[in-house]
Amino acid sequence: MHWLSTLMGVSVLGALGVPLFRNDKLAKQFTLVISLVVLALALAMAREFDPNGDRFQFTETYAWIPSFGIHFSVGVDGIALVLILLSAVLVPVVVLASWNEAEGGKRSVRTYFSLILLLEAMMIGVFAATDVFLFYVFFEAMLIPMYFMIGSYGGAQRSYAAVKFLLYSLFGGLLMLVAVIALYVIAGKNTFLFGDLVGTVQDATTQKWLFLGFFIAFAIKAPLWPFHTWLPDAAAQAPAGSAVLLVGVLDKVGTFGMLRYCLELFPDASKYFTPLVITLCVIGVVYGAIVAIGQTDMKRLIAYTSVSHFGFIALGVFAMTSNASAGATLYMVNHGFSTGALFLIAGFLISRRGSQFIADYGGVQKVAPVLAGTFLIAGLSSLSLPGLSPFVSEFMVLLGSYERFLWPTVIATTGVILAAIYILWMYQRMMNGPTAEPVKRMPDLNAREKWAIAPLILLLVVFGFYPKPLLDVINPAVKSTLASVSVTDPAPAVPVAAEEGQ
Amino acid sequence: MIFQAPNIEYGLLAPILIVFGAAVAGVLVEAFAPRYLRSAIHLPLALVSLLGAFALTIWQVAANGIPTKAAAEGALAVDGPALFIWGTILVLAIVSVLLINDEGHFVASAVAVPGTAEEEQSLQDGAAHTEVFPLALFAVGGMMLFPVANDLLVAFVALEVMSLPLYLLCGLARRRRLLSQEAAVKYFLLGAFSSAFFLYGVALVYGFAGSVDLAAISRALGEVDGRDPLLFLGMALLGVGLLFKIGAAPFQAWKPDVYQGSPTPITALMASGTLVAAFGALLRVFWVGLGGMDWSWRPVMWAVAILTMLVGAVLAVTQTDIKRMLAYSSIAHAGFLLIGVVATGGTQAENAAVVSAILFYLVAYGFSTVGAFAVVTMVRDPGGEAWHLSRWAGLGKRSPLLAGVFAFFLLAFAGIPLTSGFLGKYAVFSAAVANDAVPLVIVGVIASAMAAFFYVRVIVLMFFSDPAADAPAVVLPSVGTAAVVATAALATVVLGVYPEPVLDLAHSAAKSLFVR
Repeated sequence: MHWLSTLMGVSVLGALGVPLFRNDKLAKQFTLVISLVVLALALAMAREFDPNGDRFQFTETYAWIPSFGIHFSVGVDGIALVLILLSAVLVPVVVLASWNEAEGGKRSVRTYFSLILLLEAMMIGVFAATDVFLFYVFFEAMLIPMYFMIGSYGGAQRSYAAVKFLLYSLFGGLLMLVAVIALYVIAGKNTFLFGDLVGTVQDATTQKWLFLGFFIAFAIKAPLWPFHTWLPDAAAQAPAGSAVLLVGVLDKVGTFGMLRYCLELFPDASKYFTPLVITLCVIGVVYGAIVAIGQTDMKRLIAYTSVSHFGFIALGVFAMTSNASAGATLYMVNHGFSTGALFLIAGFLISRRGSQFIADYGGVQKVAPVLAGTFLIAGLSSLSLPGLSPFVSEFMVLLGSYERFLWPTVIATTGVILAAIYILWMYQRMMNGPTAEPVKRMPDLNAREKWAIAPLILLLVVFGFYPKPLLDVINPAVKSTLASVSVTDPAPAVPVAAEEGQ
Repeated sequence: MIFQAPNIEYGLLAPILIVFGAAVAGVLVEAFAPRYLRSAIHLPLALVSLLGAFALTIWQVAANGIPTKAAAEGALAVDGPALFIWGTILVLAIVSVLLINDEGHFVASAVAVPGTAEEEQSLQDGAAHTEVFPLALFAVGGMMLFPVANDLLVAFVALEVMSLPLYLLCGLARRRRLLSQEAAVKYFLLGAFSSAFFLYGVALVYGFAGSVDLAAISRALGEVDGRDPLLFLGMALLGVGLLFKIGAAPFQAWKPDVYQGSPTPITALMASGTLVAAFGALLRVFWVGLGGMDWSWRPVMWAVAILTMLVGAVLAVTQTDIKRMLAYSSIAHAGFLLIGVVATGGTQAENAAVVSAILFYLVAYGFSTVGAFAVVTMVRDPGGEAWHLSRWAGLGKRSPLLAGVFAFFLLAFAGIPLTSGFLGKYAVFSAAVANDAVPLVIVGVIASAMAAFFYVRVIVLMFFSDPAADAPAVVLPSVGTAAVVATAALATVVLGVYPEPVLDLAHSAAKSLFVR
């Protein structure tokens, strides 16, 4: 069965179908059904996935533009699979949570939901692509639906934020385009298939330039410090549902790209630039956390926490140990759930109070205990409390990085402490204390909102205790990625216990 | 002395002859047909002749393949690239003629001074300049002749045949007539200068080579000694004349004024057809005639390409008139195309890849640009087209379909994947990278990013801003205009998603390169 093209096909057909409904409510229900069908298909596909089988599975390759050697070629390894699952889980959640987001009569509701499904197809495509050009096409094309989602349905500064988002990403993408073309020309194989391009660029200087072309695009997308400035604006102005998809999935394309494309296509350059990248990551971890503490707007605050978390993820990617890279991949998934939950709850709060400023809240816990409780769990997951899934991944990243980079890891660890400050202090200001007058009549979560948030909380807890199913899929893929960079884990400084007895 | 009749391949040249023949017949219609019948005759005449020429072009290739030697005693080189360019120009001309046929673009009586009673009278009488059809056909004929001219004198004649009707057509806008007349005068004066430059260049090159035939010039490059100043000066002057026509910086100044002032259908014809024709001629003169001197003209072309991209992208940002903005966008695109002209490679296969990339880009850009101008004709204020960008605010809310299509054209200009513009740009950039022009490509992507800013700005206006109370109306399009917009949108999608047939065609057209 052609799993991946089916997934994309269903989403695209859904996106085309939504505007045909005359009734907004039916259109929303239709969107929800389609996104659930995609989720079911994705889960069914995941069941078929054999972690110990070929690296890329469910592969399909069709010639698309033979003159340029471009294929419509898809396939997933463990890393891509979990990210596709992440997207498939988040979309129905976002649809449910955004039920009333596009209301207000000014903008078309159907267009919004159609864009969500279109974006879902592209998210699946960008992770599934095994043709570098196809990847680039999705990488750029997915900006357009997000641009319209922010620009048409966002907050007061929406058009500024949307344009900044688009131009920043487009600029990075164009640099990558030059590198993509150069890669094709240098390889001289008349194909863009990823498998055929690995290992073709041997010259050290060329590798460095091409690496930079790809890396800057991914660093903007992820975003790493100092390329992050578009994210707080975009995330703060985007409607909560779009912010979930933007930070939860779209930004992961950056770190995914670093792992898949930067490392594998340009292994020597990756090693050469590692000190620089690690420095950026560590600065990002600490800087993002400190700036987050100072935010007065909760969506901006969450956005800055993500800058900090993306520092961790990229640190794990470039530490190039099996623990750190697996941890980074797991972090991409967990961060999607935890930040997704935070943005959704922030959206619920904003829809009630009509303000995204922390100072406008206070004592919410008393009037809306369920809302406050879910907010607390999501917040605690964001600060990596043991027992919630981000802890596992953060721990693995730090452990793995420590093996190779002692001091950067030590500095990055302070990010964990700062995380406690920004999350708990935000919680304290918004949920505890005397109940502010406008907050008093605030209703608690309704059934729809509970249904939207429950799966995320559930996943955070389950994977916090039992991350094995994810790691089983991720580990072989990470191994083969690192094998193609030809790095091995550093030998432990202290002999392992089992060896002592010999 | 025995007079030997020249051997003319009438069959091969039939497409051009048909177009010119129809133009002449159009003049006769003007002279003999009663006024009320004229436009009823002109439109079918123009369409049938263009369609016939297009069909003949295709039939030529299908029946006889691509000719391998120049026709008409070496004066005209109807080769692969030229046939592809003919096809492109003819299709673009057909859609432009459909736009020209639409009501209300042309002045009722050009002699009536704007704002006088005479003008009122002419409007009331229902006067109309039906001679726009034959004029447009003459221009199209010139456009077809220009890129096949294998002889600098023929090229000059073609340049004039193409340009003179356009100078006239520019001044015939129904609204904003002073602007239109200003555009015509500017275009005429600057165009006359550039023609003079070109002609002077022809004379100097003749002085060097002793011939105006491109093949002979090419041979002379290796044989003639000691007359280099003539050659260099002549080459530079030829370059000025050709670069003026494509609107490359620093010869771009006419473009915004002329695009803005001309009746929009004529702007569409110029922005698509003239650009295609001029690029064909530029390629032929510099690759065939002066190919042996590429070491001397390439650095200059590099500079011109960089300057053109940057000028187009930077100045477009400050524009407030939609047509001026599209004019600067056209300048930037000319710059991207020039990257291809510069990127000559060492082998025939490399050069063929470059030519096919340029050909594909021209088709892609031609369609999107005609489509964009067709949309411009449909958004109207009481006083004519809503030219000021601020008037476009909120269009996405009142006519989502039209605004969506226009946004799509803009995204194609910006080179977003899954549009034709992206693949065109990709084709040219990749050909340039393959031929060691990486710095040009980097400037190209930076210019693309800057250009994206102003395309995006229009989308922001249309979709993210609220419409003004007295917002311009979107007229219900005539069948012709609707067909033009639909065709252009379809071409933009298909060339972006399934470009293989056209790429193949461009590739086989370019495979044997230019005949010498």
